Amino acid sequence: MSDMKFSEDHEWIRVEGDIGTVGITDHAQEQLGDVVFVEVPEVGMTAAKDEQVAVVESVKAASEIFAPVSGEIVEGNAVLADAPETVNSDPYGAGWFFKIKLSDPSELEKLMDEDAYKAFAS
Amino acid sequence: MSSDAINKTPLHGLHVELGARMVPFAGYEMPVQFPAGVKTEHLHTRAKAGLFDVSHMGQVRISGTDAAERFEALVTGNITGLAESALRYTLFTNVTGGILDDLMVTNAGDHLFVVVNAACKETDLALMRAGLGDTVEALEDLALIALQGPSAVAVLAELAPGVAGLKFMTSGTFAIEGTDCLVSRCGYTGEDGFEISVPNDKAEALARRLLAHGDVEAIGLGARDSLRLEAGLCLYGHDIDTTTTPIEAGLSWAVPKRRREDGGFPGAEIIRRQAADGTTRRRVGIRPEGRAPAREGTQIADGEGRILGAITSGGFGPSIDGPVAMGYVETEFAEEGTQLNVIVRDKPMPARVEALPFVPPGYKR
Repeated sequence: MSDMKFSEDHEWIRVEGDIGTVGITDHAQEQLGDVVFVEVPEVGMTAAKDEQVAVVESVKAASEIFAPVSGEIVEGNAVLADAPETVNSDPYGAGWFFKIKLSDPSELEKLMDEDAYKAFAS
Repeated sequence: MSSDAINKTPLHGLHVELGARMVPFAGYEMPVQFPAGVKTEHLHTRAKAGLFDVSHMGQVRISGTDAAERFEALVTGNITGLAESALRYTLFTNVTGGILDDLMVTNAGDHLFVVVNAACKETDLALMRAGLGDTVEALEDLALIALQGPSAVAVLAELAPGVAGLKFMTSGTFAIEGTDCLVSRCGYTGEDGFEISVPNDKAEALARRLLAHGDVEAIGLGARDSLRLEAGLCLYGHDIDTTTTPIEAGLSWAVPKRRREDGGFPGAEIIRRQAADGTTRRRVGIRPEGRAPAREGTQIADGEGRILGAITSGGFGPSIDGPVAMGYVETEFAEEGTQLNVIVRDKPMPARVEALPFVPPGYKR
């Protein structure tokens, strides 16, 4: 997890080149409970940092997912349509939400590293 | 009992020990889920047996030989015709035919035993005392444990073999671990099962004894809600309240013929007229066709976008493996199979009216 950055909305982002993969943290999935529905953003959508781009619904409630950085959505995780529970079982792996092409990589600096997030979420 | 202070049931310590996530509910700190999670708890109850702490509900004793006659002045049901040891679902109504609460009444021989919703407990007690005076006694010394699911009878019969002889909606007093308990074959999950009225100081030992059985798991309020929703059962304050009548709510079976004809309860004339002439809206089951849940407050529209009503309970049904909901629609749209839209996040999503319950009931009739 050392290559990840974290937002205050409990999302993680892992960047390779100029593409960031985004999901929700283990803490977030645990708080949500059983995830039953995920709506991922459409490819081609341009998102500003902190803009709502996706929705996750658990047995309890609906929650909004925000873009942790600005950019263009290049892929949504199609697996989640039929297997939303993947968010619970593998939040940092197969349960990712979307990939975003960063328009301003300097925004990453404002996100938390793993230690800072752990302190924030505890 | 004060309504501002947070109350704890006799099983509070056990819930915490089992790792429950505790939340305030109707003035009590209650377990919303255990570590297994809502979905697993729900499916376990349908497959084996779930133990629910429902001690927050109000248990009331009404004494006197004419208790049934007098109680009928407050409710829509046939109470005088209730056989000894039988219980019945009924409704407190107001003068406009609105529902003040839904409740269970048992003919316990020399008294009536009544169970009301936690959130309505104090107003219900005031209503009953106004009508029935000091024959009404709040049973503060009793806890209530529900054991629900297909294994419930085998599990409880190990402690009290006689319970296996109870039919759905009947009750009896049984010695369990040396303590007399009123056991009713009923519940709020759509499954076979029991509600056990047990003295506060014996409740934790009984719960531990039941949980020691391999088929029994502790279940929180989250799964209790999804179980009752799949079973098509109303939640007071959501699917029914003072603005809905028994006829609109599809509970006309809780207003039998004699009570409709003879009246003698608040709002009787309005309810009689609605039963005869129909109502402009009705509670129905709704199945969204996609995967997205349509939650309480979601608007229901026709194909042209005209609003027909709103969802009153909605979420994910683990046994259905999809979203399920209930709500009110204009009566012309209440027929089974009618195509509708539910407006989720400003987008119309296809849904259809479906018969309740969503899952076949497991009651032992």
